[in-house]
Amino acid sequence: MSTVTYRDALNQALKEEMQRDDRVFLMGEEVGVYQGAYKVSKGLLQEFGEMRVVDTPITELGFAGIGVGAAMVGLRPVIEFMTWNFALLAIDQVVNAAAKLLYMSGGQFNIPIVFRGPNGAALQLSAQHSQAFESWLAHIPGLKVVSPGTPRDAKGLLKSAIRDDNPVVFFEGEMLYNTKGDVPDEEYVIPIGQAELKREGDHCTIVTYGKSALMAVQVADQLEKDGIRVDVVDLRTIRPMDVAAITASVRKTNRAVVLEEGWEVCGVGAQIVDHIQRDCFDDLDAPVIRVHQADVPMPYAKNLERAAKPDVAKTIAAVKKVMYLPD
Amino acid sequence: MAQAKIKKKAEPAAGSEGTTAEERQVLLRSMLLQRRFEERCAEAYALGRIGGFCHLYIGQEAVGAGAMAALRADDYIITTYRDHGQALARGLSPRAIMAELFGRSDGCARGKGGSMHLFDRSLNFLGGHGIVGGHVPLGAGVGFAIKYRGGDQVCLCFMGESVVNTGAFHEALNMASLWKLPVVFLIENNRYGMGTALERASSIHDIYLRAASYDMPRAYVDGQDVLAVRSATLEAVRRARTESTPTLLEVRTYRFMGHSMSDAVSGTYRTKAELEEHMKRDPIMVLRIQMQEAGEIDDAGMAKLDEDVKAIVQDAWDFAEASPEPPLESLHEDVLVETST
Repeated sequence: MSTVTYRDALNQALKEEMQRDDRVFLMGEEVGVYQGAYKVSKGLLQEFGEMRVVDTPITELGFAGIGVGAAMVGLRPVIEFMTWNFALLAIDQVVNAAAKLLYMSGGQFNIPIVFRGPNGAALQLSAQHSQAFESWLAHIPGLKVVSPGTPRDAKGLLKSAIRDDNPVVFFEGEMLYNTKGDVPDEEYVIPIGQAELKREGDHCTIVTYGKSALMAVQVADQLEKDGIRVDVVDLRTIRPMDVAAITASVRKTNRAVVLEEGWEVCGVGAQIVDHIQRDCFDDLDAPVIRVHQADVPMPYAKNLERAAKPDVAKTIAAVKKVMYLPD
Repeated sequence: MAQAKIKKKAEPAAGSEGTTAEERQVLLRSMLLQRRFEERCAEAYALGRIGGFCHLYIGQEAVGAGAMAALRADDYIITTYRDHGQALARGLSPRAIMAELFGRSDGCARGKGGSMHLFDRSLNFLGGHGIVGGHVPLGAGVGFAIKYRGGDQVCLCFMGESVVNTGAFHEALNMASLWKLPVVFLIENNRYGMGTALERASSIHDIYLRAASYDMPRAYVDGQDVLAVRSATLEAVRRARTESTPTLLEVRTYRFMGHSMSDAVSGTYRTKAELEEHMKRDPIMVLRIQMQEAGEIDDAGMAKLDEDVKAIVQDAWDFAEASPEPPLESLHEDVLVETST
């Protein structure tokens, strides 16, 4: 084991997969000469050259489509979006092309591509740079959607995503890049579609993924001091969702809080709650509570931004509420 | 980029030099097959055998036939939703196409794609795509992959003239020229984006001139003359193959039918008189007259060819009608593949 940042874990995954398979290339804005807007691609241009680490003009729609076209004929592109906010310009290529081609060609053209980049709020970037889009893409059949919260998961899942023969949407977190964690020194992959229990407890379940998994762990650690033991189910993958892991935990704890960075309405949490009510109806001792971003565009001012985001205190309050405990 | 400046002047491509009598026969047959096939498509649509959107190519057959004749078997084609004629010209089985249009399990996309989404991996036919402009970056991406591998294939990317106003077109052509990708961007200018005339949609009416924005070689050609289309495409393909340089080729054609089966052929956005004027240059007639004058075909030969082609189309119809509907279990197939690596 080594202690590695989330950023470097992703860098290792890219590097190892590019060494392993020369069909893999990285394309996006500032990935090469600038070494990555968030330095995820540091050193890759020097090692692999400009045919495999391709700086693009600012053309999300264009280079996402170039990736899909290259994948149609056998390459394995990794398309980096500087942030998912900008990827909205490319959503036609993700939704109408990458996710559809296998189906509408009757199984002839699979698209082995990864679309990746940071998602969700950072600090005071305001409305156009602080959005969490998992639910948009998790809605689409034909895609896999991954959102790791730790360096170990980030590396193992990015390697799986690159090896996957389907389009994979990979959500990172701007606020995660500097976080550190243990990463195995030996080669490993983490399968897409498998949740992991990040904390074990029998009083309440928190179901979450991505950056929020870190928050959930903090919540669990803090509640443990009060004798409240929380199961933290880190989904890691949103589509396909590890429903069995959710239901196993809720059947044990009989209570659930669903935590996500995104907005409430039609969010990923709504889907999780639906699975819980269908599969664990008789196991529940309290209604499931969701913790999410306020239903507003992200404000700039520090105090308003804080009020809009989910946080440890709001999540603790939710856990206490489903346990019918006083605040 | 010095090399890429070779053909900046647009010139209508010349006539029949460079084709053999046999090649002209093949082109005539290809166009006639497209025509007869689509006439039966219109009939099938009226009978409810074909549903959804169905965009006919009638009037534009010289573009598909001529352009396809300029390609090698290992080259790639990507196109729009008006794709029946090009698919036939590339050699997709008329049976598999008709079965697809009928929504049957023997269709070239197992009944999952329909009229707008014909595919054949074995022929490098990368599909009909339904979002105007959306497939142009894909075409550039195929070119990128060819260059990445060091191959000498070419990607032929068809599009309608209304595509030139989309952002996807601009982004793709800029990168294709910047990175010198082996792609031929072939615009089938049939004068109307659905019901909006070119002059009402594009600030530039000679749309091949758009290529100047990307420092890209460009040309325009008479799209009703299949030999001219073939010749112009060959030049663009040669430039892509040997110089890895893209070309914007504007092929000026006209559709004789409505935008799709659901709109009137004329009367709203174009006059009957305009339509009739253009129909005087039916691409099949243009080549037939050239061949007749050269003594390469006579009325009996034409009648025989027509009978042959009609028989192929009838066989395709019969095959499609006999083909079973897709099994219900196929509903959930082809969403994802099992990963092999």
